[in-house]
Amino acid sequence: MTPYAWTWIAIVAAGLLAWLIKLAGHVVPERVVENPRVHRIAAYVTVALLISLAAVQTFTSDAALVVDARVVAIAVAAILLWRRAPFIVVVAASAAVAAGLRALGWG
Amino acid sequence: MARPVLSAARRQAVAVSIATGAYGLSFGALSVAAGLDLWQTMALSLLVFSGGSQFAFVGVLGAGGTAAAAVATSTFLGIRNGFYGVALAEVLRPLRGARLAWGAQVTIDESTAVSLAQPHDDLAERRAGFWWAGVGVFALWNAITIVGALLGQSLGDPATWGLDAAAGAAFLGLVWPRLGSRRAQAVAGIAAVVALALTPLLPAGVPILVAALVGVAAGWRAPAHAEEVPE
Repeated sequence: MTPYAWTWIAIVAAGLLAWLIKLAGHVVPERVVENPRVHRIAAYVTVALLISLAAVQTFTSDAALVVDARVVAIAVAAILLWRRAPFIVVVAASAAVAAGLRALGWG
Repeated sequence: MARPVLSAARRQAVAVSIATGAYGLSFGALSVAAGLDLWQTMALSLLVFSGGSQFAFVGVLGAGGTAAAAVATSTFLGIRNGFYGVALAEVLRPLRGARLAWGAQVTIDESTAVSLAQPHDDLAERRAGFWWAGVGVFALWNAITIVGALLGQSLGDPATWGLDAAAGAAFLGLVWPRLGSRRAQAVAGIAAVVALALTPLLPAGVPILVAALVGVAAGWRAPAHAEEVPE
């Protein structure tokens, strides 16, 4: 099978799994998921996954650690988030910073 | 003052739908930048319909990860939606058949937040908040995803436009509201270091899944001080 076909299979699988998890929450008896440990683990796994995705997206290229325009861009994003800027502004500003630095010939 | 046409829950739902729908633009553009086509990008928004999971899916594929790693990361990020269903059950039950199927699909951060932000004793407002925000975000998120993907297609090399940097910023924006407690900040710091340290050693996508174990370890024991666990 081609990589394109595999991507389609992955999309359908991810969609089905996402829906089944959502559905499960509505139909399982409450006591099954009341366990505070399960709840805490789910919450911290979300934090760990999202920050890891941010880190890998920002500091790596083709399995190598790299420092380039993306690092400045995410620093700007962090400052904007700290200043409570809306999500879309944060994303757009970080793209603009990276694009600007590259236009100037760095990173 | 004239009485507003929409109730408080409905007005909040509309505002949240517009704000959330708007960043469907960044998802559409980033998905195309990661190498997916327009139809695949649309299918992700329709079928997965959970921002964090969708960004993760295209992020892992874009970094050269396998389809399996993309599905795993996306699915782990979707687990919190299961807990939202539990919290919403007393508001929405009884849900059956098509309403259950559709209600499950629109059980996300935003619909849960708007619903549970309404007064505890006002069941009608809580239900309205869930359905208006869920359906509103679904409609706008999917529509604006298409706009973003078309924009992304016409841009050429994504790095020229800083779209690779925008993807990192998007993940940071999604995690930011969850970093309120000391333990969450520690989890974030350690997980980021683990993911980066393993990137040269393991196939793309796998370091992120290993870093998720930091979250498991952190959640295993209850905090000594009753601090809030992030949702």
